[in-house]
Amino acid sequence: MALYSAKVMDHFRNPRNVGSMENPSGVGEVGNAKCGDIMRIYLKIENDIIVDVKFETFGCGSAIASSSMATELIRGKPVSEALTLTNQAVVEALDGLPAQKIHCSVLAEEAIKLALKDYYDKNGIEYDHSQFPCCESCGHCHAH
Amino acid sequence: MQIYADNAATTRLSDTALKAMLPYMQKEYGNPSSLHSVGQRAQEALTDARSRIAQRLGCQPTEVIFTSGGSESDNQAIRSVAAFGKLKGKTHIISTAFEHHAVLHTLEALEKEGFTVTLLDVHGDGMVSAQQVEEAITPETCLVTIMYANNEIGTVQPIAEIGEVCRRHGVLFHTDAVQAVGHLPVNVAEQNIDLLSLSAHKFHGPKGIGVLYARRGVPIFPLIHGGAQERNRRGGTENIPAIVGMAAALDEACDHLEEDSAKLTALRERLIAGLSNIPHSVLNGHREHRLPGTVNFCFEGIEGESLLLLLDDKGVYASSGSACTSGSLDPSHVLLSIGRPHEIAHGSLRLSLSPDTTEEEVDYMIGAVTDVVAYLRSISPVWRNLEAGIQEFIIQ
Repeated sequence: MALYSAKVMDHFRNPRNVGSMENPSGVGEVGNAKCGDIMRIYLKIENDIIVDVKFETFGCGSAIASSSMATELIRGKPVSEALTLTNQAVVEALDGLPAQKIHCSVLAEEAIKLALKDYYDKNGIEYDHSQFPCCESCGHCHAH
Repeated sequence: MQIYADNAATTRLSDTALKAMLPYMQKEYGNPSSLHSVGQRAQEALTDARSRIAQRLGCQPTEVIFTSGGSESDNQAIRSVAAFGKLKGKTHIISTAFEHHAVLHTLEALEKEGFTVTLLDVHGDGMVSAQQVEEAITPETCLVTIMYANNEIGTVQPIAEIGEVCRRHGVLFHTDAVQAVGHLPVNVAEQNIDLLSLSAHKFHGPKGIGVLYARRGVPIFPLIHGGAQERNRRGGTENIPAIVGMAAALDEACDHLEEDSAKLTALRERLIAGLSNIPHSVLNGHREHRLPGTVNFCFEGIEGESLLLLLDDKGVYASSGSACTSGSLDPSHVLLSIGRPHEIAHGSLRLSLSPDTTEEEVDYMIGAVTDVVAYLRSISPVWRNLEAGIQEFIIQ
């Protein structure tokens, strides 16, 4: 279908890092089933490096592709680098998303940040709260 | 395998219709308004098509107005009756919550102009009753507009009974019969219908052509001002090839209506039975009162667009009422109107068959949908929660 780039379709059809994880270092979940998309990211962090990452997504083609690409972009990276991931980087890596689907990339960025925040919280690591999204599952649909 | 299962969206032009149209593209290309013999031959084709369509609908040729399709017919029917009602101080219109947007958005526009609109509840099964209509009629009611068959879930309404109630109360009755014509028996006289919309491409005719039937005496105002075509009710040179193609397609559909309906109903039942085996799935719309070829399901824990894309990869072309496929933030208003919660409505699938669909194709679709739903559930955090008992299933 011409709705999406070949890259999006590739990540949708063959998602990388899909699945769940036993004893993750951090988990982040964003979205709302009412709005039609939920993303959950699991991180395994050792010595400040993201050694493994998994995702589960309920949502459209671009939501699944965005999750897949976002996990690829942070896999094997230091936590500090993963924290700088932006939705724009996800969109660019996917060779673009349709305007009405940009919010899927925002969800991917937020899910990863919440998983990192969860890791910090679990391990009592101090952090700058302004680096993270305001809340989980804000309860409204994203209208980007 | 390539299976087109989106016949409620549009159908393949039939060979008969194409063959009927071709001479009017290059050979008989006259304008029916021209006095010379080239134009007059086009006029003859127009007259012939009009009378054949009138015969199929059970009306007079003068009661057939050619339009660009269902949306234009709906707009013109509602606008005309509303304008006439307003002159008489009647500004109340009755409809249902699950009409096509051509009807709902026209009604919204009229509300801004001071009309009052009552949208009847279609209940969990997607059905409205004549009694509900009767109870909603007030002395101010000028129009009742209720679709014959719903385009998404395929439920068929008791049109003749609703028409009878309207006639008894002196209220005009319009039905959007876009999904019904060519698929279900239609007779405007017997079914007490004052106005009816139809669209050719839903019954293997060409796109961009339709009919507004308006019973003699019902006031009709033009939406498109221009020449005297369609007895001053629709300006613009008639689309002769499309009109001829529509008449041919309608004749063909009506000639085979009974056998096609029996065949489609058997296929539909097979499809419903197969999809019902998917755990936590539910058929949308009344079990019996439905179009012969339309099936609509919700599957818990998944989203419709990804379902469609993966079915496309397997050669199955279908549609969904999810927000992502509707281009808005909300899922289908039809599914919401029958009480499906948002999270369930996002996981909907419509498969609409044609007389060309085979049993083998139905079985292939059942397998494809079963596999894709299972896969999408396996990567869905919602499904994980449901299975773990963290969240309760909505569909049992």
